[in-house]
Amino acid sequence: MTAPVNYLLVSAVIFAIGLAGALVRRNAILVLIGIELMLNAANLNFIAFWRYSPNPEALTGVMFALFSIGVAAAEAAVGLALIITVYRHFHTTDLDRIDSMRG
Amino acid sequence: MSFAIIAVFTIAGAIAALTLRNLVHCVLALVLTFSGLAGLYLQLGAQFVGFAQILIYVGAVAILIVFAILLTRTHEPLAGLAVSPGWITSVLVAAAVFGILAWAIRSSAMSILPISPHPEISVRQIGDALMSQFVLPLEVIGLLLTAALVGAVTIAMREERREK
Amino acid sequence: MTWIVHSLWLVPAMPLLAAGLSALAQRTHRLLTASVAIGSMSLSLLLSLIALAEVLRFGSQDATKHVFNFGWFQVGSEWLKIGWVLDPLTAVMLVMVTFVGLLIFIYSVGYMAHDDNFARFFCFLSLFAGAMLGLVIANSLLLLFICWEIVGLTSYLLIGFWYQRPSAAAAAKKAFITTRIGDLAFLLGMVWLYSQAGTLLFYDNGAGCLEHTALIRLMTQTTTFGMAASTGIALLIFCGAIGKSGQVPLHVWLPDAMEGPTPVSALIHAATMVAAGVFLVARVYPLMSGHGGFDLSPASAPALKVVTWVGAITAVFAASIAVAQDDIKRILAYSTVSQLGYMMLGLGVGGVAVGMFHLITHAFFKALLFMGAGSVIHGCHEEQDIRRMGGLRKLMPITFATYAVGMLALCGFPLLFSGFWSKDAILHAASTWSASRAPFYLAAFGVLLTAFYMTRQVIYVFFGESYRSEQAVTPPHESPSIMTLPLVILAGFSILLGLIGTPAWPWFSTFLDGQQVQFDLRGFAESGVLAVMLLSTVLFLIGLGIGWLLYGNKPAESRAASDPVEQFTPRIFNLLRNGWFVDAFYTATFVRFTTWFSVLCDWLDRWVFNGAVQIISSLTLGASWMSRSTDVFVVNRIFDQSCQEATLGGRLLSRLQGGRVQSYLRIIGIAFAGFVLFLICGHHG
Repeated sequence: MTAPVNYLLVSAVIFAIGLAGALVRRNAILVLIGIELMLNAANLNFIAFWRYSPNPEALTGVMFALFSIGVAAAEAAVGLALIITVYRHFHTTDLDRIDSMRG
Repeated sequence: MSFAIIAVFTIAGAIAALTLRNLVHCVLALVLTFSGLAGLYLQLGAQFVGFAQILIYVGAVAILIVFAILLTRTHEPLAGLAVSPGWITSVLVAAAVFGILAWAIRSSAMSILPISPHPEISVRQIGDALMSQFVLPLEVIGLLLTAALVGAVTIAMREERREK
Repeated sequence: MTWIVHSLWLVPAMPLLAAGLSALAQRTHRLLTASVAIGSMSLSLLLSLIALAEVLRFGSQDATKHVFNFGWFQVGSEWLKIGWVLDPLTAVMLVMVTFVGLLIFIYSVGYMAHDDNFARFFCFLSLFAGAMLGLVIANSLLLLFICWEIVGLTSYLLIGFWYQRPSAAAAAKKAFITTRIGDLAFLLGMVWLYSQAGTLLFYDNGAGCLEHTALIRLMTQTTTFGMAASTGIALLIFCGAIGKSGQVPLHVWLPDAMEGPTPVSALIHAATMVAAGVFLVARVYPLMSGHGGFDLSPASAPALKVVTWVGAITAVFAASIAVAQDDIKRILAYSTVSQLGYMMLGLGVGGVAVGMFHLITHAFFKALLFMGAGSVIHGCHEEQDIRRMGGLRKLMPITFATYAVGMLALCGFPLLFSGFWSKDAILHAASTWSASRAPFYLAAFGVLLTAFYMTRQVIYVFFGESYRSEQAVTPPHESPSIMTLPLVILAGFSILLGLIGTPAWPWFSTFLDGQQVQFDLRGFAESGVLAVMLLSTVLFLIGLGIGWLLYGNKPAESRAASDPVEQFTPRIFNLLRNGWFVDAFYTATFVRFTTWFSVLCDWLDRWVFNGAVQIISSLTLGASWMSRSTDVFVVNRIFDQSCQEATLGGRLLSRLQGGRVQSYLRIIGIAFAGFVLFLICGHHG
């Protein structure tokens, strides 16, 4: 049996990687991928806590994770639609070039 | 043992997903990551969630991302660096976040939590819970998904159609 | 108190109203201004006649003055009161001023018909009439002084009526300044009187300054040189009369005042304004004589002695100058000065009635003479030199006839003409004057001179051959009837007025006294009356004879030659022609001093006061420059700098908004990390 701490650590690593990627890469889709990774890391966190919670029969963690997946899917759809629209406007997915909102 | 392997695959896939130059390769690495995560869910005993992960993430989200990549393809290669200037700050930020999280985990109660036995959960139980206890969130999620997809379609529609 | 006394203020008010209306009218409203002026004057005449009738009615019962006083304004607890009085003196003066004034107004319509400033002329005339009438009815010395000054102002305005002429402007200025000197003394006397008597009202039911209590106080109070206060005040007031009535030494303005139009000379400088001085002395006679009431017997008051001597000297002085003048109006001007001297002499030796009678008769015949002169000037196309006139007897018959009447009245043709009776009254009173006989001799000599110079003038103007000038296009013509009709009326009065002052029927003097008059031929038998009448007749004939001899039979060519008197005594003639060089003397002394003084004041003003002002202004400028530099360099700089810093800060901050999503995310990440750290540490700590 693995210690619950390991799962949490893994989730933290994936979260950090996702964050780093979202902040570092120039392509907008890769930012979205990073966000998905972060969400997944959070899901993993939920399930890990559910598994080692005092009352797993309540299924709270599972529900949370399921709904999170659902929301993530919706968000990915909308985000990708936005990227497509932005691409149509700016003809690039390079985030460094999309700075018309600069002050 | 199996945990370690799956964990390594997942993390490697995550790193690959965000460092490869070719976007399609990134998506494939992402699929690997999702699969690894599904494996972890199965290991934790949340079978339904694991399969739902495969179904939704690998089957829908990844494909969606591939579609988006294909639709936003530019002909010229990515000029200059693939990373934005100031990536060191970002990496440091991420590292700081990871550090804080790790430290929090380390000093939390979970580190000394005993290992409890495997919960026996059936899909039927999940279904029942969905329909009774979590029916409201279920409906809301349904609405949310509808709205999101309608919105996505509206946003991504071709501009000529809007003028009609 | 009858309504006429209450409404006596209307008499001056109506001409003043006419003046106001004329002032508002435009230059082209000739008919309006003339009719308003003449109409108001006629109404004033009507009211004056009613007043005279009223005085006649109650004059027989009592000689009290009917006054109407009211408070004007309050100073502290004292009221300054003014008012008007209706007594015989007022009544006769009112009738004379309004009647002669009305005739001259009508005459002016014809005389000024070709003048552009017709409306302005009538405005000033009405203003003068209103002020003169106000002066006559005034019961307060203050009100009298106010009207006195307004009369002086209108005199200035009318002398300088043709102000584009430098000589006219200078004459107006001279008149005003000379009378001002007299007015200054008048003001001093008025202030002194107020301080001693406590009131400036003449008659106020016993409290007036000309009534018994005040007079006693004034007479018993002595001042410098042992002179009584009443004498001092009287002399100061008389100085005002000297200025206004052109007595020596302030006579110099009257001859120059002939620069004004002839109606002005007739009205103001013959009949009324110059008579205001005489009227003033008559009005304050109780103060002058040191007795209450109109004393017929000459008083030994010092003030009256001064009046007498000044009058006598003026009479002879001016008559002598008139002998050597060539301008028709100047001769009449000097004649007026001389006759005013006679009036003062009469007041001094004989009292109010004697002086006033001559004033009334003089007003009529002098106005007649001036208007006749105006008719002559008008007919001769603005020619004023008598040596260029001649033979007008046939060309201007009406003018000649009326002028002759006036001349005879002035010279004192016996029995028929009013001037004889009035001048005789003066001579008689002078002959019986207790202080000295010298004024009588001076007056008698003056009669001789008067006859002489008037004869000279009449012969030059009306007799002989007509003077043919190369420039004259048309021969002289008679004036229109609007001008000759008043002449005729005045001529009639010049004759008839004599009747009211004969010794046999001294209506005038008893009227002024408020007594009953009787026709008594024994009046002629009084001591010296017949002798004086005879003497004056003889003197008149001698003067006429000499004049006829010297000038009468000369043909026209010898006119170009010099005057016979001049040939006889050239130096004396030159002295007389230049007015005994009084004008030259004044110019050399007073005028020069004033010029020098004004230069000094100008220097003071330019360098000292102006310098001070400039210094202050440059200080102010310096202060303002400093304040401005502070504002620009200090305040502005501070402000600009703070603005720059705000801009810089804004620019710096705006760099945060790069428009790039990932930079935002980075910051969120850092903030998130910090926040979590804070929570954890806070939780632990």
